[in-house]
Formats: sequence, structure tokens, C-alpha cells
Amino acid sequence: MAGAPRANPGTSMAALLEIAGISKRFSGLKAVQNVSFEVPEGAIVGLIGPNGAGKTTCFNLIAGVYRPEAGEIRLAGRRIDGWRPDQICRAGLGRTFQLVKPFAGLTVLENVVVGALKQCRSVRAAEAIAAQVVEQLGLKSKCHEPAGSLTLPDRKRLEVARALATAPRILLLDEVMAGLRPTETDRMVGLFKDLNARLGLTILLIEHVMRAVMALSRQVVVLHHGQVIATGPPGEVTRDPAVLECYLGEDAL
Amino acid sequence: MRAPWLDGAPSREIILLCLLLAALILFPALANDYLITVLILIFYFAYVGQAWNLMMGFAGQLSLGHALYVGLGAYAAAALYVHFGISPWLGLWASVAVAATTGALIGFLAFRFGVAGVYFAILTIAFAEFARLAFDHWSWVGGSAGFFLPVANYAKNDLINLRGSPTMFYYVLLAMTVGAFLLCHALLRSRAGYYWLAIRESPEAAQALGINLFRYRMSVVVLSAAMTSLGGVVFAFYYNNLFPEQVFHISRSIELILAPIIGGIGTLFGPIIGAFLLTALAEGLDAIMRAVGLDVPGMKQIFYGVCLLVVVLFLPDGVWPPLAKLLRLDGRRAQGQPGY
Repeated sequence: MAGAPRANPGTSMAALLEIAGISKRFSGLKAVQNVSFEVPEGAIVGLIGPNGAGKTTCFNLIAGVYRPEAGEIRLAGRRIDGWRPDQICRAGLGRTFQLVKPFAGLTVLENVVVGALKQCRSVRAAEAIAAQVVEQLGLKSKCHEPAGSLTLPDRKRLEVARALATAPRILLLDEVMAGLRPTETDRMVGLFKDLNARLGLTILLIEHVMRAVMALSRQVVVLHHGQVIATGPPGEVTRDPAVLECYLGEDAL
Repeated sequence: MRAPWLDGAPSREIILLCLLLAALILFPALANDYLITVLILIFYFAYVGQAWNLMMGFAGQLSLGHALYVGLGAYAAAALYVHFGISPWLGLWASVAVAATTGALIGFLAFRFGVAGVYFAILTIAFAEFARLAFDHWSWVGGSAGFFLPVANYAKNDLINLRGSPTMFYYVLLAMTVGAFLLCHALLRSRAGYYWLAIRESPEAAQALGINLFRYRMSVVVLSAAMTSLGGVVFAFYYNNLFPEQVFHISRSIELILAPIIGGIGTLFGPIIGAFLLTALAEGLDAIMRAVGLDVPGMKQIFYGVCLLVVVLFLPDGVWPPLAKLLRLDGRRAQGQPGY
């Protein structure tokens, strides 16, 4: 089960993002080992697993922060492994950072304008788009405040806004619900569902908030010790003994 | 919001700026020669400070070797003028080309091989020192004995060859300072400006948003080097002498970053306010010292040190941001944004 390379990558015409056998080590620690999965066009896929399972490393491999030591990553059929993050963004992949990285000295709106410039010829057009995205994320009342003064939940929202403003085909969300109140989580879930339904935005999300994972993803990939231990619909995966074991420990079963 | 003073009717800021500019244009008619030379110094530091600020204040790339570009600009235009009689208005293109190429080389080495932060700053110092040593031994431009331009005939202003009175240099430098201000103002509202600020705040996030870090870091270094070299051209033709030991010396690099630091890094008015404050106060101190008959060598350097200390301790953002707040000219800065 542990992430054998896909025998049949040819069937994946509909897969927007294909991960095939990627690996990454950090001086001896095998952070990601031979991980393979696909994100079909228009899908919402959850990437879950206990702390230290390699989820964020996986994201960083996909987004080009690290180069995979083995394996292939394809976005819309094109190989993107080895590309720089900015090239991958231009190819249509937007991502948020788990440890948020706002442009602290710029206003919320300016943060989002930087993202929107990717899809706009003029600064004016980018400002218009940024204003829309800021409103969508419920940050309008704070749009002229410096990003550095935002609370953590708002910073998470800003991460999403900035990534969305680049008009990505696929959005990688790294724990954007962490620290949100349940009502805020539901609102964010609603937003992603809406973007997915209305614009066909494909989403791959790392999330610990199971409420959000259950509500959003049709498909879940479970990582443990850098390996895929289960894939399937969330209801099924959460009953999988291997998954329960990695979360709760062997004794609990 | 982005350009509160470009939209609609002229705002407070525009009116105040126009008044200030008018006063500066009329100033030489009323002031004596001494005051004009002080203002020349102020404009010079405001101009090169603005050029340095573009790189450090906007894009977060710390250069401690900007004297390199001043010197290269100065020597290129001066050598073409002295050896071939080429007008500095043509020579300045050579200055810009030499400085921009050198900036591109430093930038390439740094950004291609991941030299960042303090190490980048050290690289800029190293290149300035290379240049100092190289020019010390380059006899075509006088070597360590210095390179001299024919001294100006003060009776007649020759703008074509930049030979003339301090008043002429006053206007040349005033125009350059205003030009640099307007250029930076426009740049900040452009795509490049947004991208530089993003890179300054978080290179990783900037890159994740599709920004080519190498390209935009290179562009700001080349632009800053080119702008600084024009300051060097005027420097050469104003002082008429160039010594590698002075022009390229690290103390010159430090001197030219004091104004933007004290005025406010990353603000458009910072370098200008800083240059005014520092130069005016230093000259005032000089006058007092002369009046009481004290001659303490290095007094100015000590004074600069004290100024820097005071600013770092009490006004870490520089003088301009709180001053702007006080004058209610702080459109954007009010909420703690990088000032414009």
C-alpha cells in the first residue's frame, strides 16, 4: 500500500495534479518517501496525518520550495518538479503557508494586490481584483490596516486571499482553519465550496480540523512517517485501522 | 487609496510640496554663497540617499558599498571629459553603463549564489574596496595622486560642460533630487514597486506569488547603481578632484546612507529630510565650534554617530514617519505602513 508508484498513470487525463513516487530526505530523516496521489480537476482533496507525517514537506515539494529527490510531479500534464516556486505559481498553482508569511509592512489590500498582479497587466486592474478578493474573505473592514497588525485567523485569511488573487487553477491550503472558531471554520468551508462549485477551483488541503476535512473533501490521502497509508473517501479512511493506529497508537485499538 | 495625492483636486501635500519647491528655486537669489554650498551638499546627499533607499528601503537589499557607484560614475565622466573633451551630458551615459554593469555583476554573484543579508552587504563593501585599490594604481586617471578637472571659470556658467558657479550646481542637483523623488514615487506605484516591497517583507511569500526573485532583485540593484552614478558625475564636476582613497572609501559609503536612515528607511521623504537635518546640523555645529575657537578633528563624525544613536534609540523608523504624523501629511503612514 505504501505509495507504490502508480502502475497506470495513463488513465489520469482528468488529474490536474499528479504526484508520482516523490521522496525527500532531510539529512537522514526520510520526510517524504515514495508518495503518490492525484488530485482530479475540480476536486477537493484532503491531505491528513499526524504531526510530522510530512504533509507540509509534501506541499513544499509540490510548490517548488524543495526539489524532490525522486519521482515526478505533473500539473495539467506538464512536469513541474525542479521548477522554481514562481514558475509553478505562474503555471497555475497557488499556495498558503502553514507558518503565515504576510508582507507585514504592507496593508492587507496591498498584500493581495501583489498576488493579483500575476493575472493583471495594470496595477489598477490588480487593485480592483484585490478589492474583490479582500471582500470575499471578509477582510474588507481591515483592508487598509498593516498586515502585521492582524490576528492569526485574519492572517490565515490573508494567506488565502493572496493566493486566490493569483487566479490559480489549483489551490494548496496548509492548515488555514487552524485557530478559527467553529463558525469561522464553517464560513471558510462555505467559501471554498463556493469557489469550487462556481469557478471549478481545484483544492488540495492539509487540515487538522476534521470538521472542515469532512465537510470539504471527497477524497482524503493519509500520510504517516512520510508514506501514504490510506486513500479514499473521508468516511471510509477514518475507519481504516491503519489510520486509527497512527493517530491513536496501537494500544488504543 | 493607493495614490491619495494624485486623484482629484490638489491635496495639502501637493500644495505644500509646490511651495517648498518654489522656495528652493528662489533661494539662490536671496542666499549667500555659503548657504548655497550647504544646500548643494544637502541635495547631493538627498539624491544619493534616495538612490540607496530604492535598494535598501524598498527591496530590502543592504548595500554598504554605494561609494563604488559614486566613484565609478565620477571617474567615467571625468576621464572622458579630461582626456577626450566629451561633455558630461554624454559622459554620464558611460557612467551609468559602467555603474549599472558593475551593479549587475555584484547582483549576479550575490543572487545567483544565494549570498543574502549581511553577506550581501559585505560583498558590496568588497567591491568598493577592489575599486579603491584598482584606481589607486591606475595612472590613466591619476592613480593615488588624484585626478583633476580643469578648474571652472566662475564668471561664466557653461552648463554643457558643467563648468560654472555653485548656483549652477545648485539647480542641477535640485533638479536631480526632484527627479529622483518623482521617479521613486512612480516606481512605488508600479508593478516593480509592489514586487520590491513584497521581496523586502518576505522573499518566500513573494516567490510563491509568482515573483521572479532574481529578476526583481537584479533590477533594483542595477537601477540604484545607475542613479547613484549620476550623483558621482556631479560630484566630480563640482569638486574638480577625485582621490580613490576618498571617493571609494567606506566612510563615504556610510556617509551616504546616514540621511535615509535618519530620515526614515523605505520612505520617499526620509532621505530628503535626513539630508537636511544632518547637513544643516553638522554645518551649524561647525559654525559654533569656529565661533568659540575650538578645533576638534573628527567632530563631524562624532556628531553623525550621536545622531544615528539618537535615531536608533528613540525613532527607529526615522524622523519622517513621526514628523509626517505631526504635520498630518501621513496619508498612508498613519496606520503604520511603509511611508511614501
